[in-house]
Amino acid sequence: MNIGMTSLARPLQDALRPAGIQAEHIGGLWNLTLGLCALVFLLIVAACVAALWIAPRADAGTAPNLDSLARPERRIWRVIGWSTGLATVGLLVLLAADVFTSRALARMPLQDAVNIELVGHMWWWEARYRDADPSREFTTANELHIPAGRPVVVTLRSNDVIHSLWIPNLHGKKDLIPGRTATLRLRADRPGTYRGQCAEFCGIEHAMMALLVEAEPAAAYEAWAARQRRPAAEPADALARRGREVFLSRSCVMCHTVSGTSANAKLGPDLTHLASRRTIASGMFPNNRGHLVGWIADPQSLKPGVNMPPNALPPDDLQALLAYLETLK
Amino acid sequence: MTVSGDTAQRALATWPDRSGPGLAPGDAYTLEQTWSDPPGIIGWFAAINHKTIAKRFMVTTFIFFLLGGLLALAIRLQLALPNGKVLGPDKYSQVFTMHGSTMMFLFAVPVMQAVATYLVPLMIGARSVAFPRMNAFAYWIFTMGGIMLYVAFFLDIGPDAGWFAYVPLSGPQYSPGKRVDFWAQMITYTELSALMEAIVLITTILKMRAPGMTLNRMPLFVWTILVTNFMVLFAMPAVMLASTALITDRLVGTHFYNPAEGGDALLWQHLFWFFGHPEVYLIFIPPLGFMSSIIATFSRRPVVGYPAMVLSVIATAFLAFGLWVHHMFATNLPELGKTFFTAASLMIAIPTSVQIFCWIATLWTGRINFKTPLLFVLAFFVILLLGGLTGLMLASVSLDYQLHDSYFVVAHLHYVLLGGAVFPLFGAFYYWFPKFTGRMLSERLGRWNFWLFFIGFNVAFFPMHVLGLQGMPRRVYTYPSEMGWDKLNLVATIGALTIALSMLLFIVNVLHSRRRGEIASSDPWGAGTLEWGVSSPPPMANFHVVPVVHGRYPLWQEAGTPRYVTGLANEWREVLITSVADAKVDHRLWLPSSTIWAFLSAVATTILFVGSIFTPWAVVWGAVPVAIAATLWFWPKHDIIERRVESELRP
Repeated sequence: MNIGMTSLARPLQDALRPAGIQAEHIGGLWNLTLGLCALVFLLIVAACVAALWIAPRADAGTAPNLDSLARPERRIWRVIGWSTGLATVGLLVLLAADVFTSRALARMPLQDAVNIELVGHMWWWEARYRDADPSREFTTANELHIPAGRPVVVTLRSNDVIHSLWIPNLHGKKDLIPGRTATLRLRADRPGTYRGQCAEFCGIEHAMMALLVEAEPAAAYEAWAARQRRPAAEPADALARRGREVFLSRSCVMCHTVSGTSANAKLGPDLTHLASRRTIASGMFPNNRGHLVGWIADPQSLKPGVNMPPNALPPDDLQALLAYLETLK
Repeated sequence: MTVSGDTAQRALATWPDRSGPGLAPGDAYTLEQTWSDPPGIIGWFAAINHKTIAKRFMVTTFIFFLLGGLLALAIRLQLALPNGKVLGPDKYSQVFTMHGSTMMFLFAVPVMQAVATYLVPLMIGARSVAFPRMNAFAYWIFTMGGIMLYVAFFLDIGPDAGWFAYVPLSGPQYSPGKRVDFWAQMITYTELSALMEAIVLITTILKMRAPGMTLNRMPLFVWTILVTNFMVLFAMPAVMLASTALITDRLVGTHFYNPAEGGDALLWQHLFWFFGHPEVYLIFIPPLGFMSSIIATFSRRPVVGYPAMVLSVIATAFLAFGLWVHHMFATNLPELGKTFFTAASLMIAIPTSVQIFCWIATLWTGRINFKTPLLFVLAFFVILLLGGLTGLMLASVSLDYQLHDSYFVVAHLHYVLLGGAVFPLFGAFYYWFPKFTGRMLSERLGRWNFWLFFIGFNVAFFPMHVLGLQGMPRRVYTYPSEMGWDKLNLVATIGALTIALSMLLFIVNVLHSRRRGEIASSDPWGAGTLEWGVSSPPPMANFHVVPVVHGRYPLWQEAGTPRYVTGLANEWREVLITSVADAKVDHRLWLPSSTIWAFLSAVATTILFVGSIFTPWAVVWGAVPVAIAATLWFWPKHDIIERRVESELRP
């Protein structure tokens, strides 16, 4: 139960530190809005404090001042009228700023975009990298790699309930709604690792549905994509080969895919290149032997409610399976 | 709560003090008896006097407020540290769903109606609300719905799909079992209760005002209640439709929300928020009335700009129905359409700022009596203001992409709902407590209560703005330690504990003051509206003689002639009905007397509602006891009819 969710270097998940053009547009609007709202806040609180300062004190016995019922207080009304007018102007500024930001968001150039279809599952992300040439398409899970500086069009679908993709450093949210398709267009302008998280309550493990986005230089990205397109390599040693037998003869094969083998089920994440990913359990735990053991043997203790069943393997089988999984680079 | 033995005793012991002008002591005693609730245990359940029901209603909603608060405390304890182990994910889902549902459906909306059913008749010079039996029925239905929800929660079948219950998560496939059914059925209960209270309050306000209280002289609080309850009439049916479709999807296999069978998952969100956004204003508008009452009294002058205040409230109510989509900006709706809702969401700030400016002008030009109710009201100018400004941020489509469903929204909504509703509500409670009980709340404890609440609130919720911007999503039961969210979460939890302490002080203050507080005169604050013209607590009939109103602040302004209405019967529950706009005397009406059947009808309805969670056939067989109880409720009594006819012949 107590394998902590630690030891990842702190990934960026912060709307105030934009690393892409879309998040920068929104960040600019945020600064403007924050400034204007802070000004209004200070003015009104100051007016309120001044009112309390200026008005003389009284008690319950003080005779009420009923002059206003006898004749209209035109001076006060004028002040209120002007203040309201000023407030309206401020609101119009906000509206205009919002419209222009929306337009800027919609106008991000899309030439040479990477197309990713992201499907939400309870509680993990399935990513299919689309390509005009079908042989260049590939599938991965819970970790996106994108080329820095190149636009990315993420097509969003859901397999079950509503999820929401939120990578605050790159862009705002977009919902993944079953029966509907949405798109999110973003671009990472600075290489780095950005963390995203599901932002729509999607059941009891909503808190543990994160994903990492690795924005890297074009060459590194292409190399990664080329590796992802390859089927799983033939295990080199006997232990790993035995591990593959375990994988293919146990319940693993009911849900997972390892391309190049007979395992091609789609209920769980594609494991073809599991060892190349930094985390397991949808961005929640570092991908190392300790966590993998815990995850395979008793996933419910790490992520209660997850759909993966516990697997009581004999120690030998477990060691072999781990050796095999570690070859899936 | 008034037990009728108490009432009778009080009437005997003190009636000379509160006989009021124009009524002989013997007549006053008769009148008191006529409007009293029957004695005994059965009498307790048969009570229908609007003040009795309203007090129970207020106490019940306050208990739900405390329960919701305890749930919030559990949430904060779980989130105080990363990888928290106080609640598991399953319990956490139930707890945050129960917290939201309790605060919205079992506290915030009904407490406003509860306060209104107490105050409105007193403020408009009426002896009762309209349809007093239905008023009692609405209270019982509400209470039973709330109890049902909590019984389910304690049996570990509490709802766990969020207070907003988005489909398909709340649908039959992803929420098997009965948990969400209890939630949906709780909606039916509160829906029924709120609609009935709306009918009661609208009718009371439009037809039962004292002669002379034209719409133009109606207290601003009564205006806010009138507007709010019209909103209830339009908003509640949307959620009723939504929750009924959800229940039929779950129980009898319809497919309203199933995209695979031609349904639509977004349909729920449209229907829910078409109710859900106006609901915020159902909660927020009555406190605007508290504000206007309290600010006028404590700055010793009428509120600046009465017509502007009334028109602002009406404008807010209209606009409230045109901005529900700002809860759905992250969905794939067309962008141009979203901009319309941005404009509407920004526009609703205009009427609110008019009111804020009017109140500040009132304070500025008044003479200030600095007492606890005013303190709570002044918190509005900091907390609600901040919540309103963050609301402008959320109204922007682009900003909302980042802020939506993050902790920023949690901060925003608590600033709006606590600053806009709960702080003024507490101010209102300190203000009207002497009227409810005849005793003052302690000022000293009141100030402690206020400052702990104010500081605790800001410590708890301000950091959440930052957490949201730092990427913390809502409704997560835990977070990894390397996210860097731990310090602010701990601070928020300390703030939550401070709020809990302030609530404890409030309870101590109420319990202590109820017995030993300073005795209140009829008008301890020197206020100007009619409810302060009767004794504290008011006689069972409210007014010994019904007043005639000549201005907006009848107790401040010089009395005109005629001062009182004469000729209403003391021997039975006779009230005066006046015209809608000008409050011209129209006719006399007999209101029904106490009955146990309102309560028993509520029990029968509860059996039907709870039964239908388990079998659709309960709707069929459960209708039989409901029909019987409702028939007996309306069964005419010969002697009353005869006396009535007699009084018509020889008035």
